[in-house]
Amino acid sequence: MSAVIDNHTNGDDHEHHGPAKGIARWLFTTNHKDIGSMYLWFSFAMFLLGGCMALTIRAELFQPGLQLIEPEFFNQMTTLHGLIMVFGAVMPAFVGLANWMIPMMVGAPDMALPRMNNWSFWILPFAFTLLVSTLFMEGGGPNFGWTFYAPLSTTYAPDTVTYFIFGVHMMGISSIMGAINVIATILNMRAPGMTLMKMPLFVWTWLITAFLLIAVMPVLAGVVTMMLMDIHFGTSFFNAAGGGDPVLFQHVFWFFGHPEVYIMILPAFGVVSQIIPTFARKKLFGYHSMVYAVASIAILSFIVWAHHMFTVGMPLAGELFFMYATMLIAVPTGVKVFNWITTMFRGSLTFETPMLFSIAFVVLFTIGGFSGLMLAIAPADFQYHDTYFVVAHFHYVLVPGAIFGIFAAVYYWLPKWSGRMYNETLGKLHFWLSFVGMNLAFFPMHFLGLAGMPRRIPDYALQFADFNAISTVGAFMFGATQLFFLYIIINAIRKGKPATDQVWEGAEGLEWTIPSPAPYHTFSTPPEVK
Amino acid sequence: MSKAKQHKRTVTKSIVAVVAMFGFGFALVPLYDVFCDITGLNGKTRGVYDQGLAEKQQVDESRRVRVQFVTQNNESMPWEFKPVEYEVRVHPGELIEVNFFARNPTGRKMVAQAVPSLSPSEGAEYFHKTECFCFNQQTLAAHEEVLMPLRFVVDAALPEHLTTLTLSYTLFDQTEAMLGDTVANDIKQVAL
Repeated sequence: MSAVIDNHTNGDDHEHHGPAKGIARWLFTTNHKDIGSMYLWFSFAMFLLGGCMALTIRAELFQPGLQLIEPEFFNQMTTLHGLIMVFGAVMPAFVGLANWMIPMMVGAPDMALPRMNNWSFWILPFAFTLLVSTLFMEGGGPNFGWTFYAPLSTTYAPDTVTYFIFGVHMMGISSIMGAINVIATILNMRAPGMTLMKMPLFVWTWLITAFLLIAVMPVLAGVVTMMLMDIHFGTSFFNAAGGGDPVLFQHVFWFFGHPEVYIMILPAFGVVSQIIPTFARKKLFGYHSMVYAVASIAILSFIVWAHHMFTVGMPLAGELFFMYATMLIAVPTGVKVFNWITTMFRGSLTFETPMLFSIAFVVLFTIGGFSGLMLAIAPADFQYHDTYFVVAHFHYVLVPGAIFGIFAAVYYWLPKWSGRMYNETLGKLHFWLSFVGMNLAFFPMHFLGLAGMPRRIPDYALQFADFNAISTVGAFMFGATQLFFLYIIINAIRKGKPATDQVWEGAEGLEWTIPSPAPYHTFSTPPEVK
Repeated sequence: MSKAKQHKRTVTKSIVAVVAMFGFGFALVPLYDVFCDITGLNGKTRGVYDQGLAEKQQVDESRRVRVQFVTQNNESMPWEFKPVEYEVRVHPGELIEVNFFARNPTGRKMVAQAVPSLSPSEGAEYFHKTECFCFNQQTLAAHEEVLMPLRFVVDAALPEHLTTLTLSYTLFDQTEAMLGDTVANDIKQVAL
């Protein structure tokens, strides 16, 4: 660790030259902007890979009956789709945004621990190679769902489960290092005058996310380590015959799993809280309450995990506790939603692409939140549990939630990163195609779930055929649109109109005071914040 | 304080937190067991109950409790496994002994472990076993059969509204874990 710190403090000599040439720039870089870009490109590649898996699933479900793939392969697709989207697409995308934006937003020259930053990125390609390579091995890839419940993932797992376990370990190490870096940067490297309560909300949400990561990623590492020991070293953590308990797995997993879902959404809250004031040309309404709301959501996330497992046979008192605790989260979330709406109220609104994605975020995330409240009602959950209603719910909070948040962020800050504007017409088209495709894909799933269609099945009863067909059309529409997104970005970087330093008329914050594109080294002398 | 020192402090604290949370993940295992043990959640019955305490229980002649026995085999477990009596009616506080029958129909030595669960789980803490075949693993030679005793007392303090307790045993095949690979074991048996 001292090497890392020395590198930083003696780093004055490298502050005056540009990036290294060729591949070495990317392999050995310690520059937060380079690393941020690599994170973003990597997560986009994973987004497409996980998306292809989702389309494989949707293609099979287009009609009832088994058409395209074997049920065993279908299970591997659902599992890997979930794992890749959660750990490969959404989380690294937010870490990429954090790398790019946090130093620029707090007026720091770079992340606090640049060498570790390089390392935490370069672990990821290896982790995912390890995970995806299992598809080509004997026995196939992980097939037990992204929640990998024991004993399905221990006693009955394919042999390749060990690769999955080490893959998860590596992702965990990467996330933890990333989180430590974010915390050190935010706590120690803010420009003079930038008190905690003057920080932009994106920085705040990331600080809280980083604490969540530090708290729960080790628990995930612990649970997969227990699996490893059960499988290879004869322990019985989750093996009933040896005195263990499979339900214990679910408790430990969801102790990680519920904070994890906030890890995926809090930075998106931050992004939207940056964008809406810009395009409403008003200050964010209720800054302090926003910070407290995020903190309360984070704290509450630790005491609600068992709402994922209402049906395991909990006592009534437990069901009631977890039900009310879960519903309590709607309060700070409601504060946030109303603050965003109030920020827009009587603002001078314009609807550029980042704003469109942000408004869609507010509306659709709220729908996802409401279906979450429905699932939180313990007696009703017995009906919805493990149906497509659950699938609809978490896709509504993750796709128009986390992913629209990332899209909005990319459109919003791309001119600052690349110095060029994207094509506004194409951006809006990307938004509307994504919006329609996503709703077409996921809205019918609510009805399917309420009608009783179970999740994670390759075939279904005839009465579900129409909604599934619609859903598949929507999914392919949404998927194809993302290739269009790739085109828009490349087109903007190569041929876009030069962007001004402030980029957006209503934009405020340190990142807009530096030139576009942002120079390789920014804020070598810290700015003064008043 | 210099930046380097500040970073060092933040990183050290973070790493301590990470290690502590990794430990906490493992600590959840005993915590979970203790929690279930105290509350009787999950239908987990407790370990050996002291024989002396069992005999000292005041027998409550005024009411009877129905105790039912259910047995099942986990997945491919081939043993025949059933209670001799499916149901007994007992006074709370009374020490009772019942038997379970098990037979190994295969041509090889096998090891089994029975795992108990009591329903309703509220009753788990009032069900005391002074002797149970589930406390140990059972080893049966080829075609061997056995009567396995269970001695228990239903606590006199059992809440009035509980009139039926159902004790379920699931039998797990532990041959592989205890005797090594089953196939290798078969060969050994033949060689002997």
